[in-house]
Amino acid sequence: MSNNAKTREPLFHVVKRTKTNFPFWKSALIRVLAIVLGLIVCGIITFIFTKLNPIDVYKAMLNGAFGFDKVKNFAATSDKSYLTIFITKNRNLWSFLQNSAILLCISLAVTPAFKMKFWNIGAEGQVLVGGLATASCMILYGDKLPPIALFPLMIVCSLAASAIWGVIPAIFKAFWNTNETLFTLMLNYVALQLVSYFCYIWSNPKGSGKIGVINQATEAGYLPTLGDNPIISKYLFNILVVIGITIFMYVYLKSSKHGYELSVVGESENTAKYIGVNVKKVIIRTMILSGAICGIAGFLLVSGTDHTVATDTAAGRGFTAIMVSWLAKFNPFAMILTSFLLVFLEKGAGEISTQFGLNKAFSEIITGIILFFIIGSEFFINYKIMFRGKEEK
Amino acid sequence: MKKILAIVLSLVLVLGLFAACGTKTPSEGDGNTPVPAEKLKVGFIFLHDENSTYDKNFIEGAKAACETLGVEYIQKTNIPETNECYEAAVDLADMGCSLVFADSFSHESYLMQAAKEYPDVQFCHATGTQSHTSDLTNFHNAFAAIYEGRYLAGVAAGLKLNEMIEAGEFTADEAKMGYVGAYTYAEVVSGFTSFYLGAKSVCPTVTMDVQFTGSWYDETQEKEAATKLINGGCKLISQHADSMGAPTACENAGVPNVSYNGSTKSVAPNTFIVSSRINWEPYFEHIIYCVLEGKEIDNDFVGTIGTGSVELTEVNEDVAAAGTVAKLEEVKAALEAGEIHVFDTATFTVDGKVLDSYMADVDTDEAYTPDTEVVSDGYFHESEFRSAPYFAIKIDGINYLNEAF
Repeated sequence: MSNNAKTREPLFHVVKRTKTNFPFWKSALIRVLAIVLGLIVCGIITFIFTKLNPIDVYKAMLNGAFGFDKVKNFAATSDKSYLTIFITKNRNLWSFLQNSAILLCISLAVTPAFKMKFWNIGAEGQVLVGGLATASCMILYGDKLPPIALFPLMIVCSLAASAIWGVIPAIFKAFWNTNETLFTLMLNYVALQLVSYFCYIWSNPKGSGKIGVINQATEAGYLPTLGDNPIISKYLFNILVVIGITIFMYVYLKSSKHGYELSVVGESENTAKYIGVNVKKVIIRTMILSGAICGIAGFLLVSGTDHTVATDTAAGRGFTAIMVSWLAKFNPFAMILTSFLLVFLEKGAGEISTQFGLNKAFSEIITGIILFFIIGSEFFINYKIMFRGKEEK
Repeated sequence: MKKILAIVLSLVLVLGLFAACGTKTPSEGDGNTPVPAEKLKVGFIFLHDENSTYDKNFIEGAKAACETLGVEYIQKTNIPETNECYEAAVDLADMGCSLVFADSFSHESYLMQAAKEYPDVQFCHATGTQSHTSDLTNFHNAFAAIYEGRYLAGVAAGLKLNEMIEAGEFTADEAKMGYVGAYTYAEVVSGFTSFYLGAKSVCPTVTMDVQFTGSWYDETQEKEAATKLINGGCKLISQHADSMGAPTACENAGVPNVSYNGSTKSVAPNTFIVSSRINWEPYFEHIIYCVLEGKEIDNDFVGTIGTGSVELTEVNEDVAAAGTVAKLEEVKAALEAGEIHVFDTATFTVDGKVLDSYMADVDTDEAYTPDTEVVSDGYFHESEFRSAPYFAIKIDGINYLNEAF
């Protein structure tokens, strides 16, 4: 204590930041810097390995997500304004929004569970069983029931199937305290095998192992298109449904008694018990909700866009959703931005491989680097690095 | 706030202006209006990328044909057999492609959906079955009489077995081949039956075990399936799945391999005999030529060994039996002349009986109703009533180890 001068301070040490001394703009700045740095590193790597101009590569990514080139082509032959064409004839834009919507829907589904510190990594499976239930209704009842009976049946079945898939690990967790991470992960594989089994049973043509487009001639069980525009009408329904879910989830988490209870359970189970919250009930109820929203995603995927079910219907979104939810700190509106970001990276990566004839693996490297920087930046937002000699205030 | 809005709006306007004076009309052509070569864009959709022997075969043919005819080549690789195929097809059409091609069997229904929405764009699909019954005039199927190539490859396999029998490695009754297949439908069944019949034409005692993997591309499974067949006493392996799994397993075990889609000599220099493949270049040249000239594309194109669509790779003389090259030339000439029919009903039996009649499900429907008599003049008429194979009969001498797919 007395010989302060002799203790050697380390070169730097890490200090946790508090909310009060760290304004929002600073964290936003760190995030932007991280993305810029990530892009620079990607640029260097792109140049070293492919000798392509990195700016062209980034342009291609923007193009993939927002279709600028195609809009330019259309605009050249039409007398409508650029903006009108950008919105009405731009499939890339709408497909981007629609994909973001589905990813957002699944992210919203896992969020209440995460807030409760229930590590549900089974969204992939929950979406798959929901999709399978929808597809089964379309195959079995597509030509037997009128739309007015078919749609409610499809919705009820998909919600129920996914809710059951979600509630099984919740019941085990609530009553026997089993590990929900392993349980939900394992159920993904069960769902995957279940879907493969039915793909075999209903494969068309027989033996091909693929169901193919269901009810292609009658379009029974296809979500209705909204409006006359051939492009927008296809994608709009999904987007509207997900906007509704986003608002619902924001209110549910922020202002409802359920939302409050589940965040108390997440902070401390003992506190929750102390103030009279029925922890078992909250866990089970939250996972039913979580599963049911995954069911909506499965329903939208099968009835709205794919019109078939396959083992890759969820396409890894159940796992990407975890990242979307965490990056947004469980805020439903911030999740809109994070799902945009992830879908943008994915669409952009696809465009790179098309435009430059590069293998898909290369675009995955780029996506990986950018994500690494974004996730890494969270460290600098949560912690401060103090260098030797500078006084901590 | 207002300022920002004003800036954004003016930016949009400026961009719009730029765009308006930018590029020229996108090329739009249909089956009847010729499209000049410098404006023609052709879009290709591939299930995997060059790492799959199946897709590599298409990719090389497509690039070569586009180069020969001087048209723009656009590819989309790793497109699964889901709605993504539809998205890829309409995206290519939006990009100004007048011709869109997809290479995998289950791409078909998604491609047809895109064809419905873009009547001015021609959509072509390899291995599919539905164009001859569909109302779409801009959707076309294609295949090749690959059973002829398989038959030739089978002859090479039979000669190798004979050589091993003569060398005393095993007796004639033990001559058993193994086959790694992907799925149990006609494309695969027709392929391995013709391969078996080719081998049987020179080695009459041969039998064959077939192991299905349930996937077109799964290196581990294909390798395991081949290993299982080898351990089960198979003296020679062939495959109809697209990874290097089976050739690698054969090389490791020192068992001769007859390959598919192209030479696999690079991974199996000591066991590779020969490979049959479909050369898609003549087909690609045909469809591009049709669009350039504004002609109708063949609705059900069948390339044959005579048109150069079916080929054998170079024989690996270090492994193949002596005299294989000469014998293959002889059989090939006989096939082209029509002296030999691959599915000659005198050469095989089904449940111990001669096959004198078979109603095939040529016009695909959901119940797989047999609708066309395909046996006449003493042989099974494969790929004559539509381009995709429909020979799906289990013949004597071929034994399925599993049927789960």
